Order: sequence, then C-alpha cells, then structure tokens
Amino acid sequence: MSTADPALQDGAVAPLRRPGSVLSVLRRAAAGRLAVVPLLLFVAVAFGIPAVAMAHGAFYTNTATSAPGTASTFTTGNITASLQGGYLTALTGSVKLSAVSALIGTVGGLLLAQAVVTSRFKALRHAVLSASGVLANFGGVPLAFAFIATLGNAGVLTTHLHLKDAGWSLYTFWGLTLVYLYFLVPLMVLSVLPSLDGLRRQWREAAQNNGATLWQYWRHVALPVLAPSLLGGFVLLFGTAFAAYATAAAMVGASVPLITLQIANALNGNVAADASNVALAMSLDMVVIAALVMVVYLPLQRRSARWLV
Amino acid sequence: MAGMTAATLTKAMDPPPGAQKSARRRGRPRFGRAAVLVVFGLYFVVPIAATFLFTVDDPVKGLNLSAYSQIFGVAGLWPALRLSLELAAATIALVYLLLVPAVVAVRLGGPRLRTVVEVVCTLPLVVPAIALTAGFTDVLKWGSDSMVPGQTTFVQQLLIDIQNPAFPVILLLAYTVMALPLAYRTLDAGMRALDVRTLLEAAQNNGAGRARAIVTVILPNLRGALMNTAFLTLALVLGEFTVSSILGFTPFAVWIVNGNAAGQGPVTIAVSIVSLVLTWLLLLVMSAGGSRRSSSTPTHQ
Repeated sequence: MSTADPALQDGAVAPLRRPGSVLSVLRRAAAGRLAVVPLLLFVAVAFGIPAVAMAHGAFYTNTATSAPGTASTFTTGNITASLQGGYLTALTGSVKLSAVSALIGTVGGLLLAQAVVTSRFKALRHAVLSASGVLANFGGVPLAFAFIATLGNAGVLTTHLHLKDAGWSLYTFWGLTLVYLYFLVPLMVLSVLPSLDGLRRQWREAAQNNGATLWQYWRHVALPVLAPSLLGGFVLLFGTAFAAYATAAAMVGASVPLITLQIANALNGNVAADASNVALAMSLDMVVIAALVMVVYLPLQRRSARWLV
Repeated sequence: MAGMTAATLTKAMDPPPGAQKSARRRGRPRFGRAAVLVVFGLYFVVPIAATFLFTVDDPVKGLNLSAYSQIFGVAGLWPALRLSLELAAATIALVYLLLVPAVVAVRLGGPRLRTVVEVVCTLPLVVPAIALTAGFTDVLKWGSDSMVPGQTTFVQQLLIDIQNPAFPVILLLAYTVMALPLAYRTLDAGMRALDVRTLLEAAQNNGAGRARAIVTVILPNLRGALMNTAFLTLALVLGEFTVSSILGFTPFAVWIVNGNAAGQGPVTIAVSIVSLVLTWLLLLVMSAGGSRRSSSTPTHQ
C-alpha cells in the first residue's frame, strides 16, 4: 500500500474511456463492497439473529409450558393473545401517548429551533444543541427522576404550589406526556435544525418584496419546503416515544398502560403463566407498527434533502 | 432584467411609505422569539433546578449537601459506572471500526452501496430496544434450554461467555446496534462537508496509499463528526436502561433505579442530575471547541 494503486488513480482522476478503466471501476467497486462487509456481518449477527428469533418465537408454542420433550409447534395464538385484553389496551395506550407527545414535540421543537436559528447569540445555539444531544440520547431514567422530584407526589413544585389540590398527578397520561416532551423536543430540535438552516434568506426577502406578510411567507413558502422534514421529525419522535421504556419503568406506579411495560413484565416473569412467547408476539406487533411508520419516513427524508442541500 | 432587480433592491433598502409597518413586522418575531425561549428555558431548567433543591432540602435536617458528599462513598456506584464507561469505550471503538470504512466507501461508491448501508443503519430504528431484548432473551434461553450437562457445544459456550457479568459482550452488541442510526447520520453529515474524492486523489497523487490517505487525510478532517459520534454514543450507553435491566446486568442507569427503589433516594437522584449536567458540559465544551476550529476552515454542514 506504499505506492498508489494505478487502477485506483485512473478511476479517481477522471472517467477515462480506456479499456483498463472498466477493470479499475470493477476493482474499486469490489474494494468499496469489502469496506462495507464488516458492518453487514455485524448487523446480520447482532441484529439479525435476535430479530429472526423474535419473529420465529412469536409464531411458535412455548416449550416451557407444554409437556417436556414435545417440540414447539406453529401457532398464531401468541399474536392473537397479544392483541387482546390488557395487552391490546397497552398497545393502543402506547400508540396514543406516542402520537400526542410526538405532535406536541414536533410543534414545540420547531418553535424552539426557529428561535435558536434566528438568534444572534452563537452561545445560545451551542448550549441548546449540546443540551439537546444529551437529553435526546441520555434516556429516560434521570429525566424521570427529575420530574418525580419536581412534580411527583412529594415534588418541590407539587408541594409548594399545592398542585395536588388542583388535581395534578404526574402518573397520568398528561404527566407522562410532559416527561416525554423533555426528550422529544430536543430530538425535534436536532432533527429540524439543519432544515431551518437551509431555508434561504432570499426566499423570505423575495416574499417580503412581493408584499407577503410573515404569516403568508410561512404558510406559502417556508412550511411547504419544511413539510417533509417536519413529517420526518414527527415520525422519528413517534418511534422514539413508542420505544421508550426507561422513563415509564423508573416512574413506578404510573397508571398509564404501555406496551413496553407489558413486554418487560412478561420477560421478567412477573406474570403468572410463562408469557415469554406472548412477549415476543407483542414485540412483533411493535416492530410492525414501527415499520409502518418508518416506511413513511424514509422517502420523506430524501425529499427534504433535495430541497435543502 | 438587471434594472428590475436594481429597482426591487432599492425599494427594499429604502421603503419610506411602509417603514413603520416593516419595523413592526421585524419586531414581532423578536418578541415571539423571546417568549419561546423563556417558556422552553423554564421548561428545561425548572425540573433540574427543582431536583437540585429536592436533593439539598432535607425536611428534617434542613439545607445540606450530604446527598452529594455521599456520592463518593455509596455502595455499588463505582462498579456500575466503571462497567458503563468500559462498555461506552468499547461501543465507540466498535462503531468507528464498522462505520468509518463503510461511510468512506459510500462516499466513493455508487448510489446502490449508499442505499444498502443507509437501510442497514436505519433498521435498528424499526426494532425498538425492548423488542431486540426480547429476541436476545429468546436466543439465550434457547442456549440454556437445549444444554446437556457435560457436553456444551461451541455455540452454547459462546452464549454463556457473552453474558459474563464482568464485561457483558451481549450489551456491547446491543449498544452498537442501537448507536448505528445516529452514528451513521452524524458521520455521513461530516463526510458530506468534505470533498472526499478530491482529498483522496490529492493524497494519492502525492504518493500515499489509500489506507494511509484515509488515516492521515480523511480522518483528521472528520474530527468534529467523530467526536460528536463518540459523545452521543457515550450519552446513549451511560443512560441505557432497557436492555441491561431486562438481561439482568447492573450498569449505571440500572444502579440508579435499583438504588432508588432500595431507599437510597436522594443519593441516586443527585447522581442522575450530576451525570446529566456533566455529560452536557462535556458536549458543550466539545461543541464550542469544534466550532472555533471549524470557523477557521470554511466548511459548511
């Protein structure tokens, strides 16, 4: 590797129409594939095996509950069970909580990101961006504790402002939404900020020169351009809220039924019968919903990239 | 055409009749911006501040910092934190090893390669962490269920080894999978700001081999994105709770929750606030340093 590979150079300098260049292109393509192989192998093992095991287990009977020695057989019973009773309530509860908190998070994140983008203070931008990076990635445990200490039953604000008398409880749907927004808004800021940076100042000036009001500029220029990345952000937020488990788990006693809590209960053996295969079926339900949502997300992201790069 | 542009420009620069109106138009968003910043500032600062108050305000002993001084002596914190930091270091290394070559190849290769890598790195978003964990438990259970004492197969031994509590490799695998989407996006964005092809070409024309060109030319230019990836992955691993708690390991976040349940309330809350603020300060210092460096070189994200 000490001297440059002539074939590589040929291809890199210019698309020369020489007989050798076909070979060089092929060789370079092979080198490119080779660089991707470790990634693909890793994902196949660390992600593929558990994913296949989950999908497989969701459709087979549990060996632990059947008679010893019998092989597990194909069944759709796990899936049916996962879509009934308390499990179904948890699934719809998760979808509802995720949709509501993602919607509020999208609007809030857009407002905050726009305020930061148009601000003159560079320090504010750094502070908000780094704080967003931490809050969006750190996970829910510290956030849940912060909210328990602030607005929980014995929280600082709850006791000082006598919120309990006003009917406040953190362990409800809206309480959980408030906690979720603490990491969803930062996530939205991170995902929409590049698009806001990409809005050209000239567009706004052009609109103003044509006599448009601020509202008209947003309604007819900025929002249509931002629409794909806003929708993409919503989808990302929905997926994150849907998958969230730590927050709800750390807020012991929350009365909101969530699918992630149900899966964890079943996996930990906290339910009477061995429900581990139902847990796998519930996981599959989650994957199906997340996949449906992702299918919306990917083409949108590409469309916003076309406008804003 | 030119005359028209000039006319529009002068009109915009010098708007005598609508001057008041445009001033008001410019004034309103500034007020709106201040309101937005105040509301969100309160929303994000009050819980942290109130939590701090909660940890120092003892109903019996009054104001004291014992929750914070106990941090250094509380049982179990340091092993848990060390495990998390070791896992974070290993995860960051593995993410670099897997993604840097792939991202370089994507920049140089065709659109089909890009699609493959993009889809592979987005897949973990489709399978939530808890579903991945359910899959892992199923694989591990299969390993222990099918085991015949005395004749452990290679695969079964492997499944036991990756659950070694001293360094659970299975968590490393899970965390790397979970870090892939964000890490790929960060590295790819950093790459996009570089003209990789020209840089490589220049290095190779000067006699560097491809590997050397990547290590000495591309990677230093990618410093900002690499640092970002590292810190976001660190935040992810330090805060990770789902996989580790269900698989029965005790890294940092699990220790916090277990300790809280076991009656060490104030200390665990103090620890979680300190960890949050410390990670933020680290990221802030890094992002300020990174922007100072990048301001001298005209790169645009």
